[in-house]
Amino acid sequence: MSASDAFDLPPRQTRLQESWSLLRRNRMALAGLVIFLLFFILAVVGMVLTTGTSPQLDPSLVRLQEKLRPPLSRPHLDTLPPAETPPLGLYLLGTDELGRDVFARMLQGAWVSLTVGFVAVGIAVIIGVLLGGLAGYYGQSSIRVGEVLIVLLVVTGLVNWGRLSQAFLVTITVAIVGLAAVLMLSRTKKIGGMLFLFRIQLFSVDMLVTGLIDIMLCFPSFFLILTVVALLPASIYNIMIVIGLTSWMGAARFIRAEFLSLREQDFVTAARALGISDWRIILRHMVPNAIAPVLVSATIGIAGAILTEAGLSFLGFGVPPPHATWGNILSDGKNYLFDAPWLTIIPGLAILVVVLSFNLFGEGLRDILNPKLRERH
Amino acid sequence: MKKDSPENNVILAAQDLKKYFPVRRGFLQRVVGWIKAVDGVDLELSGGKTLGLVGESGCGKSTLARLILRLMEPDEGRIYFRGCEITELSRAEMKRHRRLMQIVFQDPFGSLNPRMTVGQSIEEGLRAVGMKGREKRRHRVAELLEMVGIPGRAAQRYPHEFSGGQRQRIGIARALSVEPALIICDEPVSALDVSIQAQILNLLRNLQSNLGLSYLFIAHDLNVVEYVSDRVAIMYLGHIMEYGPVEAIYGHHLHPYSTALLEAAPVPEPSSKRSWTPLAGDVPSPFNPPPGCKFQARCPLVEDRCREGEITLYGVNGTHRVRCWKVLGR
Repeated sequence: MSASDAFDLPPRQTRLQESWSLLRRNRMALAGLVIFLLFFILAVVGMVLTTGTSPQLDPSLVRLQEKLRPPLSRPHLDTLPPAETPPLGLYLLGTDELGRDVFARMLQGAWVSLTVGFVAVGIAVIIGVLLGGLAGYYGQSSIRVGEVLIVLLVVTGLVNWGRLSQAFLVTITVAIVGLAAVLMLSRTKKIGGMLFLFRIQLFSVDMLVTGLIDIMLCFPSFFLILTVVALLPASIYNIMIVIGLTSWMGAARFIRAEFLSLREQDFVTAARALGISDWRIILRHMVPNAIAPVLVSATIGIAGAILTEAGLSFLGFGVPPPHATWGNILSDGKNYLFDAPWLTIIPGLAILVVVLSFNLFGEGLRDILNPKLRERH
Repeated sequence: MKKDSPENNVILAAQDLKKYFPVRRGFLQRVVGWIKAVDGVDLELSGGKTLGLVGESGCGKSTLARLILRLMEPDEGRIYFRGCEITELSRAEMKRHRRLMQIVFQDPFGSLNPRMTVGQSIEEGLRAVGMKGREKRRHRVAELLEMVGIPGRAAQRYPHEFSGGQRQRIGIARALSVEPALIICDEPVSALDVSIQAQILNLLRNLQSNLGLSYLFIAHDLNVVEYVSDRVAIMYLGHIMEYGPVEAIYGHHLHPYSTALLEAAPVPEPSSKRSWTPLAGDVPSPFNPPPGCKFQARCPLVEDRCREGEITLYGVNGTHRVRCWKVLGR
């Protein structure tokens, strides 16, 4: 029988096309995606317009005579120097208690929210994929006493570097060299005896990683972030890093679980039989099959990170003023809740809409990437 | 029957291969016993021939396949591949040898990466052997697909667009991509319809005669094994019970387990009368088996001496060997 008899090729439909047609049916997810794209464009445009030495829209320009003007009001051109008039000819979203243009400040804050969301989640996903992948793929190999000692010595050495007396450094160096020598000798099996102590298998990589995940999950993360931010100098980058470092556990768990099941799949065995390197198997064969749930949780995680940043800024632990973020606009505005309600309503609504759109899109994505749903379709 | 170094036309030989899995229980995960999945297996496969490996589920067939590919490390024993002992090769040396042995899986749905096109999956093998040049690889992929009876333009498609039999063909093409000498077929047709089974078996046979491949063919369908094999090994709980040329095994098998297995196979004529008593009971757990013959719990011929000591494979004539003394009248 000839090859063409064997089958008819079905009409071509790539995964992307299939996903798109599934997304189009899910109106809420589509709305989330559209709002997210609008927010993205707005944040990028806002960043361009509000930075530089003489920005189009200056978010920190104080016009005390124009304070607490409601949205869509026109500036008093008679009292305002021409250089300070808003470029649109009106205060689109009003002004705050120092007469700063809320529209400009919202645009500046949008960029902060966007970068905090993406960078923090990016850090979380990278840590999560690395640790989860380690636990899932190499989880069964065990860690020995010697290796733990080395790590402990290196860490104590790094922590105390330059702070303690030279005597301490010398002891540490001697200890490291001694340990290295012992390990080298134990490889060649010239001396036995007590060396077996170093080779006792303590625990597996998997136990280490899952233990770390459980420990991290025990802390109420918002208060952990508050503590860390109180100790570190306040800056937007510190906040991104801290949020990232406290939210990788979900991604790590997803990747670990997926890797544990993928490792036993035939196509991975086949790849190993073909002689493909471990790295290529992990990156080309396993990660693409494991990443779907991580993408979903990352999308929802971005919403969480934006919310956390706004909360920190509201409490005064966030990005230092005069840089505007949605959280500190809200925080400043709460003193004028009855005189100038737009100062709280506008950033509040913005946070609500963006976070909601991410959550909706994330949930839609979860449905779309669900293989069971795909096959029914 | 053991030889220290196998003959020259023998492509694969295993000697006294063992793999025990520890069973851990309790809070401290103490080892309370062993599952002897593969317990001292000797095999020999000549170049260009097929060795059929038959046995019930859980008798260690797939473990044996993975041991030979060194996807699992054996606890004991040696494997010779083309006269070279591969059990002690380093990772780098093994990488060169590994491509000469490939595997075709039972489950056509799990054996292809769902996120890669069929072409990419096959190309992985070409990359692994260091074939340079995208155009060259693409050309070779199409060639390999045509070789297994699938149009080359299918390389752009994803696995979910194919049926089980087509995927099995693609799996074979992937195995062929590294130009192996030996293919281990781990129940390659048991997940397929009967008509598709025949197509795949004929494809495997044609490839064997065209490319000079050797097969280790694992199955539990006795008719299939009879059709493709030159030699047959019957396995039970980690032991080879009977081994020999296909005519000997199907013509005058000796071991009581072989008899039970072969006579349990359905015959096309429903009216034909058969005089056999089905085996009582189930396969006993391989966890801490009693000493003596592995088949003692279900054997109709069992007597006291079967429950002591190890029973070796006895030669009958030529290469026909059987692990039972009763049937040989000893």
